[in-house]
Amino acid sequence: MAVALILVLVVVGSILFHILSPWWWSPIASNWNYIDHTLVITFWITGIVFAAVVLFMAYCVFRFRHREGVKADYNPENKKLEWWLTIVTAVGVAAMLAPGLYVWSQFITVPDDATEVEVVAQQWQWSYRLPGEDGRLGKSDSRLVSYENPLGIDPDDPNGQDDVVIEAADLHLPQDKPVKMLLRSIDVLHDFYVPEFRAKMDMVPGMITYFWFTPTRTGTFEVLCAELCGTGHSYMRGFVVVDTDEDYEAWLEGQSTFAQLSAPSTLGSADGVEP
Amino acid sequence: MVDATPHAEQGVPPAEVPELELYHPKSWWTTYVFSQDAKVIAIQYSGTAIAIGLVALVLSWLMRLQLGFPGTFDFITPEAYYQFMTMHGMIMVIYLLTALFLGGFGNYLIPLMVGARDMVFPYVNMLSYWIYLLAVLVLVVSFFAPGGPTGAGWTLYPPQAILSGTPGGQSAGIILMLVSLILFIIGFTMGGLNYVVTVIQGRTRGMTLMRMPLTVWGIFTATVMALLAFPALFVACVMMLFDRLLGTSFFMPALVEMGQQLSYGGGSPILFQHLFWFFGHPEVYIVALPAFGIVSDLISTHARKNIFGYRMMVWAIVIIGALSFIVWAHHMYVSGMHPWFGFFFATTTLIIAVPTAIKVYNWVLTLWRGDIHLTVPMLFALAFIVTFVNGGLTGLFLGNVVVDVPLSDTMFVVAHFHMVMGVAPILVVFGALYHWYPKITGRMLNEGMGQFHFWVTFIGAYAIFFPMHYVGLVGVPRRYPELGDAAFVTDSVHTLNAFITVAALIVGFAQMVFLFNLLWSLRYGREAGGNPWRATSLEWQTPTTPPPHGNWGDERPVVYRWAYDYSVPGAQQDFIAQNDPGPQRAGVRPA
Repeated sequence: MAVALILVLVVVGSILFHILSPWWWSPIASNWNYIDHTLVITFWITGIVFAAVVLFMAYCVFRFRHREGVKADYNPENKKLEWWLTIVTAVGVAAMLAPGLYVWSQFITVPDDATEVEVVAQQWQWSYRLPGEDGRLGKSDSRLVSYENPLGIDPDDPNGQDDVVIEAADLHLPQDKPVKMLLRSIDVLHDFYVPEFRAKMDMVPGMITYFWFTPTRTGTFEVLCAELCGTGHSYMRGFVVVDTDEDYEAWLEGQSTFAQLSAPSTLGSADGVEP
Repeated sequence: MVDATPHAEQGVPPAEVPELELYHPKSWWTTYVFSQDAKVIAIQYSGTAIAIGLVALVLSWLMRLQLGFPGTFDFITPEAYYQFMTMHGMIMVIYLLTALFLGGFGNYLIPLMVGARDMVFPYVNMLSYWIYLLAVLVLVVSFFAPGGPTGAGWTLYPPQAILSGTPGGQSAGIILMLVSLILFIIGFTMGGLNYVVTVIQGRTRGMTLMRMPLTVWGIFTATVMALLAFPALFVACVMMLFDRLLGTSFFMPALVEMGQQLSYGGGSPILFQHLFWFFGHPEVYIVALPAFGIVSDLISTHARKNIFGYRMMVWAIVIIGALSFIVWAHHMYVSGMHPWFGFFFATTTLIIAVPTAIKVYNWVLTLWRGDIHLTVPMLFALAFIVTFVNGGLTGLFLGNVVVDVPLSDTMFVVAHFHMVMGVAPILVVFGALYHWYPKITGRMLNEGMGQFHFWVTFIGAYAIFFPMHYVGLVGVPRRYPELGDAAFVTDSVHTLNAFITVAALIVGFAQMVFLFNLLWSLRYGREAGGNPWRATSLEWQTPTTPPPHGNWGDERPVVYRWAYDYSVPGAQQDFIAQNDPGPQRAGVRPA
């Protein structure tokens, strides 16, 4: 009796917790509300199954608990029931998988008008690179990384000269413009993760990974590293600021290109020493 | 009505080969220490696994103290936290659960349940334990090595695992970890071959494959899987050891560490992830399938009813085992692998939900019209179903590739896998220990302590891991020793974290009651007799309890029926032992 009651309470408690608790995802700031929808569908289907199975158990425990003189049924199998349950389960699984795969195909299909933004991770900070006026990022190689060239941009590639370099500072993005985030790491695995954008992807040294999204509201959002990258992992934070077009242009004006940063005179004057 | 098992009157084939002589020990050393008796080896395996598991339990307390009350404990630095986390995970998955289910329960139950006198290669079986012990000792040594154990996470992802930014990366920690894993796999392989060959070759007369208890099916299938999956981890460990010690670049691309160009180049970190998860995913089922099997037998015995859909249950175990080899990259949806893999692995992953669901249905349908005795083993079996269903269903979030994207690497994942492969199998371990302790020792475990242990563990563990999903849903990443200030994390999340920590401490202390019960009942437990649960399977029919070396006295049992003849209509008792040649036909309901 008590056991059946507690099983019922586990179900009721879980459902109430889900509905009443204040812990839910942060308001979305990207186009990926499809992901949220699929997640909610999954919550419904799995919640119903969980409640059904545990309540059925509770009923059995209550109804068929041991009583003197009552013998259990002898019923090795029931082909019809087993097939019926198999088919219902398969349909339920398909109902989750189909929208999931559909949204995944959107997730990995980058729109043609997406602007490229490069994120460069290292222990334990975020840097960024924008393609500059030519709209193209120059080549890069982690073997070229040095104190003067922290992102390893190829100085011989003309496409790289006008690239905007944002070292260990915040990234700004214009609202409602799709961006393709090109992800690169120069040391270990990292993962570019902004909870409000819903998207994330590992960054792997030796290769360039990507994901895309469209920021849908202005604001300042925290960037976290979501792949264990050593002792500073939880301190690897940064911010992405989503701006209106005007604010974005104003911010962009204040940034330096790779050419400006690597010009010896600029460096020299910054150090207060004339060449 | 379908006939699920061969009839008794189909008869039993005559013995075709004479019995083999066992090597009987001649001294105290060869009886209790360097023993070749599978039952002694089982106890050695279990004792060692539980001892190292206690270390993992303490480590989990330390982690929870840090997460619940960040900044309070100065000695839990980020380095220490990562070391606790790595060792906790590795110990629980490999050195506790794998060793306990296969080395512990496998050794004890396989020969007894199939009617064998021992494992087929007793000497190799003994070596298996001693190499396992060596692996555990190497692991323990890493705690005391300069620089401490590795803090690379139990997944040991390179490049960070062998670089200086990770605890133990450039000191002995990671080397000892890899050596210990290599030893474990060598030891396991010796034991694993034994379990497989004993099931195939060592069964007694009449014990057809489709008469075996599901416990044996679960352990057997899990062992076959482990023999196929562990080699992937083995080569990954050897290659990483070369990368670390010899400067090869299997997993290491050209990279810059803290401003220094390293001499590595050309390797692939993702290759390691594929190798790791080719082992790592089957590993989940290596732990789960023995639990599936054992829980089936617990439910059937204590509900006094045959397991519902036995043949479907066997096929589900085999199909899950096979499918689990083609789902591994669902751990890597956001790893940067080719995005088209997502379609394939999401589909296979969700397909595996179907046979798994069938198992759940058959467990609960076994309860239907049963004669349910709410013994402590039965309570643990019921709690297993609750937590396994809960954890299995959240797997449908994480397996469905695009839903995984926001949840991956958050506390949701931690909550999911703890529920499904931590809490659920460990509840089965407890249920199994309460169930078979009388056979192992001849005495019952104390019922009152058992009830207390059960309720605190079940409710407590649910209170730890159910809310933890929502911490992850908020967006809290896993593997963060502290969150610091983040706009999306409200104060209430910190309160919830503190609550989870308190629950974890309470559940941990309840395990001390269990350990006390194990020792106390050894001396003061109620005398059990040979078959206290009135169960059908062969281990309960031994002529003496606890069974001595050789198990069966003069003659091995002969099997006439399946393991689930409970409450057979017309039978005098509510169970008929497998070696009972009685006239009742098995598996057929009278008209």
